[in-house]
Amino acid sequence: MSLAKKIISGDRRALARVLTLVENGDAHSKDILAELHPYGGKAHFVGVTGAPGVGKSSLVNFLAQSLRVLGDTVGVLAVDPSSPFGSGAILGDRVRMADLTGDDGIYIRSMASRGAVGGLAYATGAAADVLDAAGFNYVIIETVGVGQSGVEISNHVHTTIVLVASGAGDDVQAIKSGILETADILVVNKADLPGAEHVLADMRSNVVMNPSPAPSDHHAKSKQFDGSDLAWRVPLLSTVARSGDGVDLLIKSLLQHWEYLENSAEIDNRRRTRIRAILESLLRNRLYTRFMEDISRKQFDALLESIVLRDIDPYSAAARLIEEKYQASCLDKA
Amino acid sequence: MGKHPIRVLIAKLGLDGHDRGAKIIARSLRDAGMEVVYTGLRQTPAMIAEAALHEDVNVVGISILSGAHNTLLPTLMDKLREQNLAHIPVIVGGIVPDCDVNTLMDAGVSAVFGPGTLTSDIVTSIANVIESDLQD
Repeated sequence: MSLAKKIISGDRRALARVLTLVENGDAHSKDILAELHPYGGKAHFVGVTGAPGVGKSSLVNFLAQSLRVLGDTVGVLAVDPSSPFGSGAILGDRVRMADLTGDDGIYIRSMASRGAVGGLAYATGAAADVLDAAGFNYVIIETVGVGQSGVEISNHVHTTIVLVASGAGDDVQAIKSGILETADILVVNKADLPGAEHVLADMRSNVVMNPSPAPSDHHAKSKQFDGSDLAWRVPLLSTVARSGDGVDLLIKSLLQHWEYLENSAEIDNRRRTRIRAILESLLRNRLYTRFMEDISRKQFDALLESIVLRDIDPYSAAARLIEEKYQASCLDKA
Repeated sequence: MGKHPIRVLIAKLGLDGHDRGAKIIARSLRDAGMEVVYTGLRQTPAMIAEAALHEDVNVVGISILSGAHNTLLPTLMDKLREQNLAHIPVIVGGIVPDCDVNTLMDAGVSAVFGPGTLTSDIVTSIANVIESDLQD
């Protein structure tokens, strides 16, 4: 049985092995991903992001448990940064997810960013696709701790949950562009700490809000969004992730967002955005890798030296390298 | 293209709460270019086996200072076998009297490191243990 078929049949060892192959860019991973592709497209991808230490892992712990209670299966990808000085990393998100152990309906995989910036690893999109094909109802992607520019995750998921710490910054922070704009659900965590009310007030005055989401039946079509009101208003919630306080309302918002996406056909836009993000990322990385493989180390170092000696500037050097490669491949075809 | 990073699981087995050593090892392995899945305190053998399965690690590193190694390590080896992970080398650090080292090795442990071991020796040992694993 192929690895892909094993994954479909629920073999967790095969799943773990394929995630490694995908992460390492192994030559076989392309074929395995192709074989898995028809089985995907069903999972609800959820991104959980925010600054380092804001409580993402703790929140994912409770999120996953609550989703299990509803009868759903959950795959978690937890990304942590690789060291800037080597290839090493400390992947410590599992520490906060001890409650999720011993349940075959939950799968947790830690990934190092391996040089990628923006909050995800290069292989996170593919890893999420594998979990989707494996049949998990939800795939939760927890980014590295990010700042204002951590917007990449929103291209990769259906629902983006942004966590904000109580006591972080002033009202001007709340109106700045970036990560806050990408939130489908905004959560002030550590709501038990002093300063939480202040942050909530700032967020409330600067973020479009959905006034207390009405409880809706998980499986029924939402009556809240009729044809005249197709916009999603971002709910502002508060949680204490350490204890699970507030997670029930977060789950409600998550379910409502999915209903909204399906009812408004926004789901197709999100899917398209996600696929575009993955495709562009693949092209960017593979073209660069292939380009660099074709240049000899000596040639590159020599060019570097010329720039240091100011014989040539970096901009012309880059243009020259690309032009040479482009001409060479055109000549090959001629 | 360089080799892919070695993935190591570092876990505190049982009820001992001293994690300073485990964190130092985790950082040393990180500095040596390894990806360390650090699972923290109070891990049961079942939790460690599950983590080793999910994370597809190359090595399992156990820190244990409580004296319960003769009970917990064999249980861990059983759990790893249950998950078809018996091929993953298990190394142990902490407080293990010399007289117990053979017991652990007989149970399947690849190496035991006592206090005073140089972190560089642990890094080398892991690289060797994986190398010989690949050759088997």
